[in-house]
Amino acid sequence: MTGPLDVAAVKKDFPVLAQQVHGHRLVYLDSAASSQHPQSVLDAMDDYYATTHANVHRGVYSLAEEADRRYEAARLAVGRFIGAPQPQEEVVFVKNATEAINMVAATWGRANLHPGDAVLLTDMEHHANLVPWLMLAEERDLELRWVGLGDDYRLDLDDLDRLLDGVKLVACTTMSNVLGTVTPFAAIAAAAHDAGAVVVADGAQSVPHLATDVGALGCDFLAFSAHKMLGPTGIGVLWGKAELLEAMPPFLGGGGMIRDVRRDGFSPNVLPWKFEAGTPPIAEAVGLAAAVHYLEAIGMDRVHGHELSLLAYAQRILAERFGDDLHVFGPEGTEDRGGVLSLAYRDVHPHDLSQVLDQAGVCVRAGHHCAKPLMRRLGVPATARASLYLYNEESDVDALADALESAGRLFG
Amino acid sequence: MMTGLEDLYREIILDHYRSPRNRGELPEPPAHRTEGFNPLCGDEVVVYVLVDAGTVADIRIAGQGCSISQSSASLMSAAVKGKSVEQVRDLIRTFKSMMSIHEARLEEGDGEDGAPGEPVDLDSLGELAALQGVVKFPVRIKCATLSWNTLAQALDELETAGVS
Ligand SMILES: Cc1ncc(COP(=O)(O)O)c(C=O)c1O
Repeated sequence: MTGPLDVAAVKKDFPVLAQQVHGHRLVYLDSAASSQHPQSVLDAMDDYYATTHANVHRGVYSLAEEADRRYEAARLAVGRFIGAPQPQEEVVFVKNATEAINMVAATWGRANLHPGDAVLLTDMEHHANLVPWLMLAEERDLELRWVGLGDDYRLDLDDLDRLLDGVKLVACTTMSNVLGTVTPFAAIAAAAHDAGAVVVADGAQSVPHLATDVGALGCDFLAFSAHKMLGPTGIGVLWGKAELLEAMPPFLGGGGMIRDVRRDGFSPNVLPWKFEAGTPPIAEAVGLAAAVHYLEAIGMDRVHGHELSLLAYAQRILAERFGDDLHVFGPEGTEDRGGVLSLAYRDVHPHDLSQVLDQAGVCVRAGHHCAKPLMRRLGVPATARASLYLYNEESDVDALADALESAGRLFG
Repeated sequence: MMTGLEDLYREIILDHYRSPRNRGELPEPPAHRTEGFNPLCGDEVVVYVLVDAGTVADIRIAGQGCSISQSSASLMSAAVKGKSVEQVRDLIRTFKSMMSIHEARLEEGDGEDGAPGEPVDLDSLGELAALQGVVKFPVRIKCATLSWNTLAQALDELETAGVS
């Protein structure tokens, strides 16, 4: 880490942030849902389309070779970003984190989980890391177990050893998209491996904000989406240990994923293409690589450090200005935490809150954040969530606080 | 108040939000209970309706939601009580066409004076016309129509059951 982040310079890289909304400066506090793009990502995708586009893997002319080169270079860039030991085999491009987890459930899950087998989930999961397992549980008659949530908004791991006993698979988030809690994933994964389980990490929230090393996390699979880490929509990543991916049946069938097809069958391609049926999102991969380069140039420690100092500022300002009128669903302080603030303000409904905030140009997300079991546990139908990223600054938090005050007056 | 918001948060709406009418439950039977969900935001509404001799004799609303869904439910309950099922169905239709103006516009490319749907007789809606500002905030339309769709479903269920 080489000093704090120069936010003013960063902001200039993001054209979308220069606009006005309802006569106010755009204050974008919804990066946990989807982040914005630096010009370099937009340029990389434009350049790809303007100079290079052709289908990958099948052409022998130079345009196609260049498309192929950029696509595979993106795989290597992503692999390096998450510390993948064998990026060329282990990084599978998919549509998004949701598809990555569905792929694990549909392939590894169907091949390895049988009636009565136990799967351990947590109360903090996004629907993307719940519903695929619920679907498989229904299909295969699996036993689902749950790590609960403590009153400190952290996972309650007191019972972990008992819960892990006999479990075949553990699927857990690395960071809650509602609470901002960074889970003790490495410890959970180590205990899960001791119990003989395979471990899936939903990294959708942590990969964009924290330095990631799949070895240090100790996961067997890691899922994340480009669009939450300055990249485009339409592409996500499944990283998996090569030996597990190798043993898994393919997911979608079609072109690109086969080695041979006969009238009576097919043999699948080698990794990672075995899991990439059909024409992949090539320009999106190029955009994702540019996003990775952008984040690497700044440094993930600096990104995270910036978010934590902004989080601390927000916690202080909101407490000073609103006291008990405002509740933050999430751990106090900045330890094991990312820049997500799920808010309840008096009894103003989160939809009304975000509507009033929008009039001040402040974008926050209202709703259940695709985590209904967690919302039930919190005892609220919805929250208004403000989330921070590298382009946010203290004035954004001030704008949020000012807009909250207007909402308070309106619904007084 | 900030610009634009006064179209949405009319005084009548805030009043019905703060002091909702016909809030609560009805014993079932004889009343009929139907739940509605807005899957996007988790809002839920429970409509209890008592139909007697082809008339909505009583109605109660339970559940939770934002100011728009709650006030719309409250306004609806006041508007339909004592009306014949037929009149209520007409009202539901009129209300929903008021709420669909924007959808027509969206398809037209969001022109300010894009083609509206059928003309809506706002006078026939009385206090309910206060909700017309919602169409300027398209994501909130579902909040406003939640209780109406739930009531329509309740009436359909009753019809299927041969009660009305
Ligand atoms: C924790 C978590 N997991 C998974 C997802 C799903 O991501 P996507 O919708 O890009 O598949 C999200 C995003 O909303 C998330 O926050």
